[in-house]
Amino acid sequence: MASIRTCVVAAAALFAASTASAQSFDLPDSRSGGKLLLTGGVSTIEGSGGGGLATWATTTGYGAEDGIGANAHVTFVDLPDYEFRSAGVAVGLWDRVELSAARQEFDTGDTGALLGLGSGFTFTQDVLGVKVRLVGDAVYGQDTWLPQIAVGAQYKTNDQGAVIAAVGGQDDEGTDFYIAATKLFLAQSLLVNGTVRWTNANQTGLLGYGGDLDDDRSAQFEGSVGWLVSRNLVVGAEYRTKPDNLSFAEEDDWFDIYAAYALNKHLSVTAAWTDLGSIATFEEQRGLYLSLQAGF
Amino acid sequence: MFGKMTLAAAVALIALPAMAQDPAHRPGEEAVDPYTVSDANAGAAPFAGTAMFDAFHGQDGINRIVDGMLDRSVADPRIALVFERTDMVRLRRTLKEQFAYILGGPSPYTGRSMQDAHDDLGLQPADMGALVEHLQAAMTEEGVPFHTQNRFLAKLAPMKRDVVTR
Repeated sequence: MASIRTCVVAAAALFAASTASAQSFDLPDSRSGGKLLLTGGVSTIEGSGGGGLATWATTTGYGAEDGIGANAHVTFVDLPDYEFRSAGVAVGLWDRVELSAARQEFDTGDTGALLGLGSGFTFTQDVLGVKVRLVGDAVYGQDTWLPQIAVGAQYKTNDQGAVIAAVGGQDDEGTDFYIAATKLFLAQSLLVNGTVRWTNANQTGLLGYGGDLDDDRSAQFEGSVGWLVSRNLVVGAEYRTKPDNLSFAEEDDWFDIYAAYALNKHLSVTAAWTDLGSIATFEEQRGLYLSLQAGF
Repeated sequence: MFGKMTLAAAVALIALPAMAQDPAHRPGEEAVDPYTVSDANAGAAPFAGTAMFDAFHGQDGINRIVDGMLDRSVADPRIALVFERTDMVRLRRTLKEQFAYILGGPSPYTGRSMQDAHDDLGLQPADMGALVEHLQAAMTEEGVPFHTQNRFLAKLAPMKRDVVTR
């Protein structure tokens, strides 16, 4: 929890810095704020730019090809039997490269005792990500069907190797690779994203990587749609498939419906109703997802 | 007799529009290098029908939107410099023509192509982003619904390739 608190402080500091950025970053080759509101996406639970559960091909923040952008986020998901927290930072460089770091805490709360782990037992996962935009312009390329396409990798480490091994997990670290395609159909005010992720992570890595059923990476899909209600507000839904590597507990696909509201280019809020299915034998983990993002 | 009249009519047909509407030398505007006048210079195919033109409240509404966009732009420290060396009289006229033409209005576009008009400006993506924000604000002030705004912006967006040169 201390780490999350540190990240909240970092987010506040970044927000403070961003309000000064209009002056300090006004250099010819590093202008901030070149993108239009919300077109940088928000922060996923893994720290990369995108929706909430699904990573997009967009680079985080409001820097266009002539600038840099950055974001800090904190996310809470309140589930019937668990609590999930995530905090992280991400930088977008000239709308080409995105670097991200996130710390996730999967808090078993009272459920920890029922699982034999002890009350309040928490898995902590760190995610380091890199994303590179290859081709396309999701927002301005309105006369072509070509979406914005990016490839990326996420290196993940989990601090509970012993527990992971005990439930059949094969590793306490893993790497996901993905290719993402994002397109804004501006005339229809509709944003569409599709991502294929090669991963062997159990519950995105919160329960380790690889399992007694399957240790190899498989191709998984994550998709988002978003409808632009106004310049500040987008509502939509996401779906994310996941492997099912562990015999002790079935793993379900994830789903959410969300609303992301940007107060301005420095602060946005995402609220979602999310269905994370069965997690470690506890069924129907559905609840409120709330995320704050600050940056420029 | 008949031949002379035809010839005179033909001369008038050619000369009159050129004299009355020389796109490079309208009163109050600075001269620009010669170019071929064509609707294709507008850089986007117009909407069919007049629904979009009407949604923008016709030429009067479009005039207010262009003026609102440019008034905001020259007051914006991010991009004000871009307009300091610009012939604003001509820019206001040609943008009003361009927007009206693309939105399905009855009049032609007589300005230069987007590439021709921007190749010396050295604009960056953030300049275009700022201009779009001012256009959005002006359209909102005119009462153009958000989703109608986006249909128009979708026509303008690909011009980024010609507008942004560095």
